[in-house]
This record gives sequence, C-alpha cells and structure tokens, in this order.
Amino acid sequence: MNGDLKVALVGNPNTGKSTVFNALTGLNQKVGNFPGITVDKKTGGCKLPDGRHATIIDLPGTYSLYPKSKDEIIVFEVLADRSSPEHPDLVVIVSDASNLKRNLLLYTQVADMKIPVIIALNMMDLARKSGIEIDVEKLSGKLGVQIVPISARQGENISRLKEAISYASVIPLQNDTIEVEALAPGLIDKIKNELQVDKPYTALQLAHQHENLHFLTPQQSDRIEEIEQEFSFHSQKAQASETIARYNYINELLSDTVSSKQVREEETVSNKIDKIITHKIWGFSIFFVLLFLIFQSIFAWSEYPMSLIEGVFVWLTETAHNVLPAGVLTDLLTDGILAGLSGVLVFIPQIAILFAFISILEDTGYMARITFMMDKIMSRVGLSGKSVVPMIGGLACAVPSIMSTRNIENWKDRMITIMVTPLVSCSARLPIYTVLISLVVPDKKIAGFLNLQGLALMGMYVISIVAAVLVAWVMKYILRAREKGYFIMELPVYRLPRWDNVLLTMYEKVKTFVVEAGKVIIAISVILWVLATYGPPGKHAEIEKKYESPAYTAKFNPEEIELHRSSEMLETSYAGIIGRAIEPVIKPLGYDWKIGIALITSFAAREVFVGTMATIYSVSDDEAHISSVTDKMREARNPETGLPVFTLASSFSLMIFYAFAMQCMSTLAVVYRETKSWKWPMIQFVYMTALAYIASLIVYVILK
Amino acid sequence: MKLSQLRPGQTGIIKEFTDLEMSVKLMEMGCLPGEPIVVERLAPLGDPMAITVSGYQLSLRMQEASTIILQR
Ligand SMILES: Nc1nc2c(ncn2[C@@H]2O[C@H](COP(=O)(O)OP(=O)(O)O)[C@@H](O)[C@H]2O)c(=O)[nH]1
Ligand SMILES: [Mg+2]
Repeated sequence: MNGDLKVALVGNPNTGKSTVFNALTGLNQKVGNFPGITVDKKTGGCKLPDGRHATIIDLPGTYSLYPKSKDEIIVFEVLADRSSPEHPDLVVIVSDASNLKRNLLLYTQVADMKIPVIIALNMMDLARKSGIEIDVEKLSGKLGVQIVPISARQGENISRLKEAISYASVIPLQNDTIEVEALAPGLIDKIKNELQVDKPYTALQLAHQHENLHFLTPQQSDRIEEIEQEFSFHSQKAQASETIARYNYINELLSDTVSSKQVREEETVSNKIDKIITHKIWGFSIFFVLLFLIFQSIFAWSEYPMSLIEGVFVWLTETAHNVLPAGVLTDLLTDGILAGLSGVLVFIPQIAILFAFISILEDTGYMARITFMMDKIMSRVGLSGKSVVPMIGGLACAVPSIMSTRNIENWKDRMITIMVTPLVSCSARLPIYTVLISLVVPDKKIAGFLNLQGLALMGMYVISIVAAVLVAWVMKYILRAREKGYFIMELPVYRLPRWDNVLLTMYEKVKTFVVEAGKVIIAISVILWVLATYGPPGKHAEIEKKYESPAYTAKFNPEEIELHRSSEMLETSYAGIIGRAIEPVIKPLGYDWKIGIALITSFAAREVFVGTMATIYSVSDDEAHISSVTDKMREARNPETGLPVFTLASSFSLMIFYAFAMQCMSTLAVVYRETKSWKWPMIQFVYMTALAYIASLIVYVILK
Repeated sequence: MKLSQLRPGQTGIIKEFTDLEMSVKLMEMGCLPGEPIVVERLAPLGDPMAITVSGYQLSLRMQEASTIILQR
C-alpha cells in the first residue's frame, strides 16, 4: 500500500459526485460500511498518470459540514479524525459549475480544515449551455487551489482530473477564506490547546458538533462543553454568522470571475415538465400508473427468472442426491445449504427490477417530485413521500423494498417505513391465502358477479395495508426523532436516466444482498433444517426400523412408506417437539401442534407453510399438489374432539396470523443489514408476532 | 410578509428569518437575505411549496416557509 493516495470526494447532493466516482474508478469499486451509520461506504481504485494508485472514497452529499442528518456527520468525521482509516490525503470538491455560489460554501469549510484540496468543476456542459462563463485561472489564483473543469457525464477532462490528483501537493496550499478566530474569540484557542487540535476551524467545528462525534472520548466532549459554558458559546448564532461571512467571501470571489448571460434554459424546461408532473390530476394519475407498472413488473417479470432459479436448485438437489452417497452430509448440503442458497438467490430478480426503477426515478429527478406530491398525506401517518414506493413494492416482496428505503434521508421516516413494510401483503403470502380460502370459503358468487373467494383475498390485502398505515401512525408517536425533521429539499432539474448507472445500481444492490443478507439467511436455513431433520436420539431410529419391518414392506409400496416415514420423522423431530410445546400457546388461536410445526418451518419463508402441510399430511407431489393438500387438510380432525382442524374460524385466524407475523427470515436479515443492528429486526419480530397473535385471537374468538 | 403568504407566481426578496436553527439550514441551501424568491407552485394538496432561489428549485413545507420574512 506504500505510495497509495487516499482521495475523498465531497460535494453537495446532485453535483455528480457518484458520476465522477464511477468515471475515476470504473467497475473497480466496492461497497462497505461506515461504523454506526447506514450510508454505504463506496470505495474504488484508480490508477494515476504517474503510476501511483489512488483509493477514491465517495462521501455522502451534503450542503455543509453541519450535518442535517446522522448520516451526514460522517463527512466531518472522516475529514477531522486523522486516525480514521478513511482520512484522506486529498479532498476533491465536486461542484456544480452552473451554480457555483452555493457549492462553494462547502468548499470554504473544507478548505479551512486545511486538508489538501482541489476542485472538480463539474457540469461544464450545462454551464456553457446556460451562458455562464467562469474565469477558471483567476478563480484558481484567488483560492490558491487547482481547479479542473469537467463534465463527468460525458467523460470530459477526466484524465485532466487524474493528473491534477497526482500532482496535488501533500500540504494544504489553499488561501484562508474567512477569519475563523473572529467567530468565537478565545474559545477556539482554548480548544486548540486543550485537545491538541492545530486547525482553528476544526476546533470550532468540534465545539459545534462534539456531542455527536464518535472519535471524541466522553471526557473530551465534556471538557468542550465546559469551555463552551465559559465563553457562553451559542452554537446556532455562531453557525449563522459563519454562514453569512462565508457567503460574503464567496460573493467577493465570484464578482469578477463568473458572469452569466442568460437564464438557465434547462430550468424552464424542468418547470414546464413540473406543471404536468405535479399537477393535481395529471400528477397523481401519472404517479399511480407508474406505481402500478412497478408493482406489475416486480410481480410478473420476476416470475420466470425466479422459477428458473428454483428449477436450477431442484435440479442441483436431485443431482446431489443421485451422485453423492446418501447420508447426513448430503442432506445438510441439499436441504440445508442448497435450500438456503436458493432462498437467497431467488430474490435477485425482484431486487434487480425494483432497483432498476428506483435508479431511474432517482436519476431523472422524479423521486423528488413524488416526495413533493405525497409529503402532506404521508407525513400525517409518520411516513415520508418517499415511503410510497417501498410500500407498493412490499406488495411483491418486502426484501427489495426495505433495501430501497435507503433514499429516505430522515432517520425516523426511514425506520418507520422499514418497520411497517413487511406488514404489506407480499406475494409469498398468496399461496397460504389461496389454500386456506379454498378450504373454508365457498366458491360462490354474490350479487351475480362478486366471487366470494376473490372478495376474501382482496380483504386480506386491504387489511394488510390498513395495518401498515395504522402501525406507522402509532410509531410516529413512539419513536423519538434523532434529528429535527427538516423537509427543505432540492428539486433537481429533470435529466435523462443513464442506463449504465441503472445497471450498476442493480448489480450493486444484488451483490450487497447476496453477500450480506445471504449469510444470515443461509445460517437460519441450516438451523431450521437441523430442527426439522433431527429429533431426540432413539426415536428416529425406532421409526426407521418400524418402516423397514415386514409388516410395512409387505403391505405398502416404497413410495407410500417414504411418505409416511417422512411425515412421522417430522412429527418426532425437534421442530415437532417445539410444535407440541407451543401448542398450549397457539391453542387459543385454534391451531393444533401440526400447525405449530408449520409455523416454525415456515419461518424460513411463508410459502414453506404449504410444503410443510403437505409433508405432515403426507401428500405426494403430484400435479394437483395444492388441491390434494386442501383435501387432506379438510379431512384433518382433532383426535380428542373429532372436530375438523380447519374450520372457518381457525383458517381465518391462521390467515390473519400470516398477514401480520414476521414469518420471513430474509426480511429480518435485510432489516439487520439496513439498520446495521439486531435491535430493530428484534423489535420488529416481537411487535409483529404480538400483533399477529392478538389479531388472530380476536378473529378466532369472534368467528367461533 | 412571510414567504408562506405568497401565491404561486409571486416573488419576494428575503429579509430575515424567525427561526435561528432553520435559518442556518435555509442559508446553506441558498436562501440568503437579499436573494429574490419566486414561488413556482404548490403541491397538489397545498403543502409543501416549490420555490426558486439562487438558481435552484427547493421544496419546503408551509410551516418552514413561514419562518422566512420577506422585504416590505
Ligand atoms: N449534464 C451533466 N449532467 C451530469 C454531469 N455529471 C453528472 N450529471 C448528472 O447529474 C445527476 C446527479 O449525478 P450523481 O452522480 O448521482 O450526483 P451525486 O448526488 O453528487 O452523487 C445525474 O443525473 C447525472 O447524470 C455532467 O457533467 N453534465
Ligand atoms: Mg451519489
């Protein structure tokens, strides 16, 4: 790693940081984590003209070093904390040439931290088109930094940017911007001395932000607090006067270096588009058509590749059984690991499709308009305008939808969206609903055209959405906000989507899911396999023996024996034991211990319920798979009372249970990955199970 | 007069802010005293509003807009 240069990209949102990042690194990039926050850390490698290697890191976009959200703190932390592994040798400020004034605010702050810095003046194509002329040399002279005009989207001057990076000095050469010490006389010096900070502006920033910085010890933070008291430091007043001072400096800078001839043409185009897109009637119509399209695509387009993936795994499992010697290891491989792997990979199509849409919505600027239109309704129930897309996506699958909540900036809004999205009825619940509805709801029409079964199914969907909204509304009051809920948001000009970026996003999201959530899913899958396969020693051997005895082999053919054997094995497995153990708990809901087993095994994924029912009631895998399960289930009787197990009451109670319970390890794994802690998935698991229990209890009691 | 009192199409010039904390964020995003503001449109449900200021379009809630005092 010797001679390696660490370069951080810093800039306002939407200035093209990610585009510059991609242009510099190509596909040579990786996504990692910053400790404690949810933004991804994107790093990539870049070969410099002088032969050295640079590690580029893309920091979250921010308007200033004073963070608006928890995630933005990372920018200041990385720049201020010398011991941080991400601390850069050089900062590249990516700024929008077509609107320099606001972009330079962040530059002046970073410059004052006295880290070597250069400016990439991006979007030069737009600046030229709007008749903005920038005297780059003069501006560069006034600031004392290199400025490289580029158009990242067109790839213009990227090689010059690389040259500038390799020639950049290792010591900060930029001129001072404002008189930092004047902002808090005395205080800055004291912090500098006591905490051994050598840059006045860094010292001032510590005073503002010490409460939230991870790299300060509690003692240091307390000491800063005392110094603030001593000088009666008022953080917000100081920030306000700093910002004004910086803008005065910037105005002076730009007065003789930038001239603009005409208004920005693109903006008026954007305005025209906005007249339609955010129109009372057209706006909502377009939006709902779009949502419908997204939902349909995740649902329909993913079906074929998903069954293909499943098919491949069925084939792999069969081949493994045929090729490998029968035994525990083979079973572990096929029923534990391969099943888990299949459970991970099967999500790829849905994730890829949803993120293709999200990437287009973000890239074009439409996502900001969705937020603009939906904010009023959604904020009522504690959600954000941006929660609409994940929640509609939740109708197909909660996994990609929860991953897509990344773009909700406000922490509280994002958490609530993550918490309620799994309540929305996903496609994996459909097989359960179909089986149970066909079991207890007559296939009859009322009022001539309303099919009762269809009505019941629709009811389940409506209930799920109502529940999601209600829970969101409750959580709005429970969850404490981490940051003041600003809404101020930029509405970027409309731009055409870039297909390479769409592909890159799809690839990245799929990879992150497979690598990070995949581990958890496979682990749980193996545990479930152990539970369903093994039982107390002795019991299983006894069963094996029983079915090998002539009493059976003479009477039944091998297939029948296998069916009964696996059914009995499951009943005596640990899963079976747990199923019996929880029977007293689930009895009030109308379930017996066999359903208890299905509740446990279907934690892998809800659709496993049907498979488990099939095993327990030992139906063979024939054509009429579902209907034969239904038949067996209809015949199922409670051995004590002799009454049917699946009555209207118990079936609806079961449907409600599956509607609300967190019966999906993949969702838990992805919530863990998105919130970076087990706390939230656990809370979610507990509240959803409790909600499911109470709701099914009520349903059972009423219908019984 | 407050920004929240302007109708779409109307313009004003920022004079000052009533909320110190909000003012810092607003200034960082380009809403500076002396800058002209155009109200472009309201969201279909009447809140938030879209404004153009220092060459950008921003969206802010009415309650946030009411912390911006306009000249005259
Ligand atoms: N016209 C033009 N558009 C650009 C340029 N660089 C980036 N963009 C577009 O600006 C938008 C925001 O870019 P992105 O890289 O996502 O910005 P980030 O938020 O700073 O990471 C995208 O639609 C890009 O295609 C450029 O040089 N010229
Ligand atoms: Mg970006």
